[in-house]
Amino acid sequence: MRIVVVGAGPAGTRAATRAAALPDARVTLIGAEAALPYDRVALSRLLAGEIEVPSLITHDARALRAARIAYRPATRIARIDRAARVLHATDGAMIPYDHLVLALGSEALRLPIPGANLPGVIGYRDLPDVQRMLRMAESRGQAVVIGGGLLGLEAAAGLAHRGMQVTVVHAVDWPMERQLDERAGALLARRMGARGIRFVMPARTTALEGDGHVQVVRLDDGRVLPARLVVMAVGIRPNTALAREAGLDVGRGIRTDARLFTSDAHIQAVGECAEVQGVCVGLVAPALEQAEAAIAALQADAAWAPRPDAAALKVNGTDVWSAGDIAADAEALTLHDEAADEYRRLLVRDDRLVGAVLYGDTRDAGFYLDLIKRGAPLGRMRAALALGPQFMDQAA
Amino acid sequence: MSTRTTCPYCGVGCGVLARPDAPVQGDPDHPANHGRLCSKGTALAETFALPNRLLHPEVDGRRASWDAALDALADGFRRYAPEEVALYVSGQLLTEDYYAANKLAKGFLGTANIDSNSRLCMASAVAGHRRAFGEDIVPATYADIEAAELVVLVGSNLAWCHPVLFQRLQAARAGKRIVVIDPRRTATCEGADLHLPIAPGGDVALFNALLRHLHAEGFRSDAPGLDAALTAAGGETGLPPEDIARFFAWFAATPRTLTIFSQGANQSSAGSDKANAIINAHLLHGSIGREGGGAFSITGQPNAMGGRETGSLANMLAGHLEWDRPGEADALRDFWCAPRLAPGPGLKAVDLFRAAGAGRIGALWVMATNPAVSMPASDDVRAALARVPMLAVSDCVTDSDTLRMARIRLPALGWGEKDGTVTNSERVISRQRAFLPAPGEARADWWIVSQLAARLGWAEHFAWAGPAAIFREHAAVTGLARPSTRVFDISGLADMTDAEYDAMPPTRWPIARRGEQGGRITPPLMRFVPTPYRPPAHALDAAHPIALNTGRLRDQWHTMTRTGLVPRLMAHRPEPELSMHPDDAPAPDGALVRLASRDGAAVLRLRHDAAQRRGDAFAPMHWTDAYAPAARINAAVNAAHDPVSGQPELKHTPVAVTAFNAGWHGFVLARRKLGVAASWQARVPLAGGVWRHELAGDDAVAARFAALRDTCHEPGATWIVLEDAGTGLHRAVALRDGRLLAAIFLGPDHELPPREWLAGLFALDVIGSANRHALLAGRPADGPPASPTICVCHGISRAAIEAAAACGQSTAAGTGCGSCKPELAAILALMPA
Repeated sequence: MRIVVVGAGPAGTRAATRAAALPDARVTLIGAEAALPYDRVALSRLLAGEIEVPSLITHDARALRAARIAYRPATRIARIDRAARVLHATDGAMIPYDHLVLALGSEALRLPIPGANLPGVIGYRDLPDVQRMLRMAESRGQAVVIGGGLLGLEAAAGLAHRGMQVTVVHAVDWPMERQLDERAGALLARRMGARGIRFVMPARTTALEGDGHVQVVRLDDGRVLPARLVVMAVGIRPNTALAREAGLDVGRGIRTDARLFTSDAHIQAVGECAEVQGVCVGLVAPALEQAEAAIAALQADAAWAPRPDAAALKVNGTDVWSAGDIAADAEALTLHDEAADEYRRLLVRDDRLVGAVLYGDTRDAGFYLDLIKRGAPLGRMRAALALGPQFMDQAA
Repeated sequence: MSTRTTCPYCGVGCGVLARPDAPVQGDPDHPANHGRLCSKGTALAETFALPNRLLHPEVDGRRASWDAALDALADGFRRYAPEEVALYVSGQLLTEDYYAANKLAKGFLGTANIDSNSRLCMASAVAGHRRAFGEDIVPATYADIEAAELVVLVGSNLAWCHPVLFQRLQAARAGKRIVVIDPRRTATCEGADLHLPIAPGGDVALFNALLRHLHAEGFRSDAPGLDAALTAAGGETGLPPEDIARFFAWFAATPRTLTIFSQGANQSSAGSDKANAIINAHLLHGSIGREGGGAFSITGQPNAMGGRETGSLANMLAGHLEWDRPGEADALRDFWCAPRLAPGPGLKAVDLFRAAGAGRIGALWVMATNPAVSMPASDDVRAALARVPMLAVSDCVTDSDTLRMARIRLPALGWGEKDGTVTNSERVISRQRAFLPAPGEARADWWIVSQLAARLGWAEHFAWAGPAAIFREHAAVTGLARPSTRVFDISGLADMTDAEYDAMPPTRWPIARRGEQGGRITPPLMRFVPTPYRPPAHALDAAHPIALNTGRLRDQWHTMTRTGLVPRLMAHRPEPELSMHPDDAPAPDGALVRLASRDGAAVLRLRHDAAQRRGDAFAPMHWTDAYAPAARINAAVNAAHDPVSGQPELKHTPVAVTAFNAGWHGFVLARRKLGVAASWQARVPLAGGVWRHELAGDDAVAARFAALRDTCHEPGATWIVLEDAGTGLHRAVALRDGRLLAAIFLGPDHELPPREWLAGLFALDVIGSANRHALLAGRPADGPPASPTICVCHGISRAAIEAAAACGQSTAAGTGCGSCKPELAAILALMPA
């Protein structure tokens, strides 16, 4: 059976390696970039100077050969002929398949504002983006990062580490509002501020201006920030164009069932491009799980279900973790250790843990995730819950 | 060089060797203790530097010179007629102070309105003695405790309240039976042969029945009054007949039977009858004056006996002289050259404060005692004190509830500074000697009396050079109006030189001639006193179904002005607790409860205690505004009193006990005492200058938490804060340079972590990072919770004792002063073999 995987990101590569282990499978992995499959999550470490490009590569040519995966880098797919089960590449190549796995990932959003396409305005998505940022950083000038989510903060931290004077413009009162509550966000902003990163929030960017190259960022309150480099990190959008043109059912992402099958019985979708039973994932761990579940479903009755959304992140050297419903209209338990710069917030509804934010010390993440998943009544555990599992035996 | 002196605590009167720079030792040569000390005495050195000392006279809240203060005092006494002035004095005074105060009142101010807080302690025993023997005579000595073959303890928790006598009893335990008659199963019951958990107030019924039993067994006596005593009405004891029969059989069969009675008997509206019912039984038994036999009143205070000897009670004259014995009042008047000897008895304590409350007392001088706390219905007493136009208080500390109300505040010497004599429960007169310098402008109480007298025009009658001169005069009084049957006679000491007085060894009266040493006494006059049973003054009813009993704790003394400062003494029972049988308890163990009587209310922490009888509750009498304002138990205690002795019924008040449902409960540990107002609180000093504050209130908890954090905050402090607004849980600790500064724990109910472990962390220089979350849990991550201290000498907890016992080992607990031995025995008895 010919199994073709489009997209050599983490989910696609994981699907290809799993598929290659199936009996009678011949697997082709198609990557749009020229590089070998690499670890996108580690791009922040490249930006921060912690690693070099070769360390990003997860599967070199020998490993791909050993896994019996045919790898086609720098290949963009223009069209899927579902009736003939053939992929048409932009270079004219035709790639037939018996089974197709789409792992198309997502693209960085660009704000629809004047100057968004000026030279010096960069998304933060792939290796070429980072390489351009690194070249710009050599000038040690001023940089503005638009967007205070995880990617924006990683970019800000990396650029600051490279010697740039960085300002983060964020539309909400505190950074990483999807993962952190207000207090944790404020702690993070304060800690990054201690390293010279300025935050302007809440603020919206209305225009990027410059003569042949971006020079200033104009905000809706009239302020103007000088910038040689602008990184747009305002969100991602699943890559769905190929699927839509092929007539697959597409919503926010490519719609699949729990077994990751699209509306075509010969096509699955995994990772950030997929919308599995209404859920689009944005983190690597569930994307990898989807890839594994998809291939398993080819042989057995496997399924993927959305877990409580746990995010374990490292931002600027600080571990942060969140899971479940953190914006819930629930009762909050908080623990804040000022000197250790540690904070946690636990959200409880109807005597059950429904969400958790850990900042600075994430060692107890597994304990809380388990409690969120099990949904068991807390009872007497509640008083010491924020202190961690070692205090649960005789809660008082 | 140590000074030989006498312990300031209970009526055992132990000799101690003291020096300013070392722990106090028991005096091996003193006949009361032969070197033994209890937990309180052992910790005496920790109270040498009493904080909150009153150092200067004050008038109307301002520092004043002694001259100005004494002028104001004299002016106050000058303004009022004899019946409108009063002195309220204390068993803490030395005999010389007592003598001076009594002479001033009865001989010169012309009033017998001088009463002592001994009224609360052993006035009923005094009345019993006077009715039975015609004189306040304690026939037995401590040696009789050792010589006895049956020791009956009535209303005496000897193990906690007179620990050295309990140790002497235990040391001579072989060949002896011990019977404890007490509604509570106290520590004294450990190792007893029989505990009779008698109904409150049932003692007279029991001893009337014993009298009849002895008579039926053939005991006879020639003393008058037997027939009437035999026919006195009986009553309910609440005891099983077989236990009563066993006790009676032992009593009848044991010639050397000694009955020790104390406040459990005395503090009753039938206290005098209890004393006489006990004496009646021994009179018929023939054991009064017998070696190892008799009825033995053990006093509560170090110098209650000195007060009795000098007549410093409203119904006595001086030196056991009586108004109603011919010639005695005249003899005293002549001896004193008294211009207006009080014509008859004055107001006893309860009546005195009632008169004050009615506006009939214009000038009142309170010496060395704290009636705002210690009197029953104490809220009424506070109101009465507030009505006295000239209230003067002489004391050594500033944080006495009574002192705070006074117009004139006079700094008195404390223990270790003052010089004189005390008499203990076995009539032994011992010297209290000074070994510490007088702080500030503090002066001896007798000096203050003499200065007042001089201002009132009686200088030559109070012109003593020192305590020796006063003692000689006091001794001479005991020789007046003789020949007489009066046994109390120390006229043999009236010609002592100052040097002999200074060197006087412990001396037991009577001493009619120099060189004599008194011993066991067979009173020359003895009679039976009929004691018809009367139930407690106020009966239980549906609205007040619980009988409140009050008393002392092992490691506390009176209103805690001294013992409350010693962390290891506070460790035994850090908070005021109400003990109730679990089946009566209206709330869980450890919750706060409110008890209310017809007179007042108090809030305490509830202790479930199966040692309590059903229907009874017990509260300690120690807590004051300074330590736990809402737990002053005497606010709720009824002011009923014995018709003969005037002693209040502190052991029986009908109360209702209900859960105290505060909006929040909590505690704060801090490196200083915080001035926090809350609807309930108890302040506890801990080791290293740390204070524990137990709190409860109904205000908004989040705002309270923020305010407490502000109160505890210090520059450079960083906080760890745990908050759960949904359940009202708020906890925070403040640290600086890794050192714990404060811990604040607030929650919706009493279920908070034990305080001991957290408190111990204040001694650490650095709190390890592994412990940071544990700080807010109040316990180590996987360790056992801290447990209460049992042995205060060695700081050994209950858990440590149990852990050692579990593997067949022992700890050092009980090897210090030995006061914890009964509790130790009780703990070990509960361990599996």
